[in-house]
Amino acid sequence: MSFTCPPTNSPFAASISLVDLVWGYCGILSLGHGAFFALGGYAMGMYLMRQIGTRGVYADPVLPDFMVFLNWKELPWFWQGFDMAWYAFLMVVLVPGVIAFLFGWLSFRSRVTGVYLSIITQALTYALLLAFFRNDMGFGGNNGLTDFKDILGFPIQAPGTRAVLFAASALMLALGFVVASAVVRSKLGKVLVAIRDAESRTGFIGYRVEHYKLFVWTLSAVMAGIAGALYVPQVGIINPSEFDPAASIEAVIWVAVGGRGTLIGPLIGAVAVNFGKTWFTGVLPEVWLYALGTLFVVVTLFLPRGIVGLWGRVVTRRAAPAKEVDGSGRQAGEAA
Amino acid sequence: MTDKAEGSLLYLDNVSVSFDGFRAINRLSLVLEPGEMRAIIGPNGAGKTTMMDIITGKTRPDAGDVLFDGSVDLTRLDEAAIANLGIGRKFQKPTVFESHSVEDNIALALKGRRGAFAALFHRRSAIEQDRIDALLATIRLSDKRDLLAARLSHGQKQWLEIGMLLAQEPRLLLIDEPAAGMTDAETAETASLLKEIAKTQSVVVVEHDMTFVRALGVKVTVLHEGSVLAEGSLDAVSANPKVIEVYLGR
Repeated sequence: MSFTCPPTNSPFAASISLVDLVWGYCGILSLGHGAFFALGGYAMGMYLMRQIGTRGVYADPVLPDFMVFLNWKELPWFWQGFDMAWYAFLMVVLVPGVIAFLFGWLSFRSRVTGVYLSIITQALTYALLLAFFRNDMGFGGNNGLTDFKDILGFPIQAPGTRAVLFAASALMLALGFVVASAVVRSKLGKVLVAIRDAESRTGFIGYRVEHYKLFVWTLSAVMAGIAGALYVPQVGIINPSEFDPAASIEAVIWVAVGGRGTLIGPLIGAVAVNFGKTWFTGVLPEVWLYALGTLFVVVTLFLPRGIVGLWGRVVTRRAAPAKEVDGSGRQAGEAA
Repeated sequence: MTDKAEGSLLYLDNVSVSFDGFRAINRLSLVLEPGEMRAIIGPNGAGKTTMMDIITGKTRPDAGDVLFDGSVDLTRLDEAAIANLGIGRKFQKPTVFESHSVEDNIALALKGRRGAFAALFHRRSAIEQDRIDALLATIRLSDKRDLLAARLSHGQKQWLEIGMLLAQEPRLLLIDEPAAGMTDAETAETASLLKEIAKTQSVVVVEHDMTFVRALGVKVTVLHEGSVLAEGSLDAVSANPKVIEVYLGR
């Protein structure tokens, strides 16, 4: 527990910064980003399954155990190629990316926005949850993929491998942060905020709003997929519960609590809410979900900018009031 | 039909659109010459805003021709494509990007490539900076450039939005009630700003405020129930018995 907790959380943290990239900056509230995380995780899981080879319970050199158990005779077409690391890692990026692109292209082009889009994203992840539960989908049904032996030839349980995976996760988190802040600071990032604030105005200026949404949506899905791929070898399992809409909603609550529209906010929110979760589920487990829901309502009503916004208010209040009148515009803008 | 459109900047012929059986625009025809400034007046519900929606691609007409520059069919294009053709629009309620600074508002509106990847790798050039500075001076917001747009007064937001329109370098500006909510002094200044703009660009102004329309001193089109009721100088249309009836009630 003490060792697995930080590395498994950091890919999660990376993926929630991305929830914020689409929600906080572009105003698209996704309640289904867990789907892209899980798809990346499954792509990695398929690679790890193929690495097991004859070491499985049924010792089939090609077929994973669950397929032998289901009496399948040959590998389905979509499992082909996953024995090669480069192909699997490419799929980690491509599968969430292509699905997000198609989903986004259809919904943004039809101008589905606001709460309708949020509901459809939730339907997407729920549909995938149900599909992956089925044994004949070929992804191990409700057991998912597990019993991994090694990754890139290194034993997956070895402390050295775990340390490298942990470092890779930290690196991914840092990289995600750098990419996200570069995007936010660019003119594209300013267009995203413009879309959030006044979508039709942005269109009448000549920006194709749907292209911008599609870009940031797909980028965030790809990064969520990478995060999922780093998560799976560390927890040693991927199953359909990762598609659970509740997981995606929880990530949204982390963003709301930390402060949306900031890059550091989601990380603070993730730590704060998980701290609360650990404490609550130990003391009053049956109350936790109610507490989480209440927290979301309270934050939305009284702390629209979350912990980061609260901190910003405290700092402004302490500063000399005279300073606030002039010159603070730019600073407040960046913090907001 | 298209021959008549030749030489015009904006050409609307027999345009109709209904919403749930209500005819918002009814066989409307209107021709705007290049370089012309036109004021459009009419009681509430006359179809002024719907007409702007049709020209800018927000609403598709059920029937009729909408041509820009004598030949470009606007009914087939979306908002972004029409904006990039050179038609700028100012909303009735000032709509600026509240969480951006005044300067960034202008920078975003500045004419240039609109693609997502172009925006991702965009660096502001010295020429663009000069243009931004000049526009800020025109709309008298140079000293407020670093302020968040949300902090501007209502009148200043109207001006910022006009500045954003100018930054697009459109050939045609559609301006919906620019003087709404402005003080008398601001209204007078806005009228002179629009007259200045009209020297180089075509402008269509929708307005309720008669003193403002008088200050513009241009040809007036009166809309009523989705079609043109009268057209001419303000004095001529004011004397028109049909216009008087519509405005004063029957």
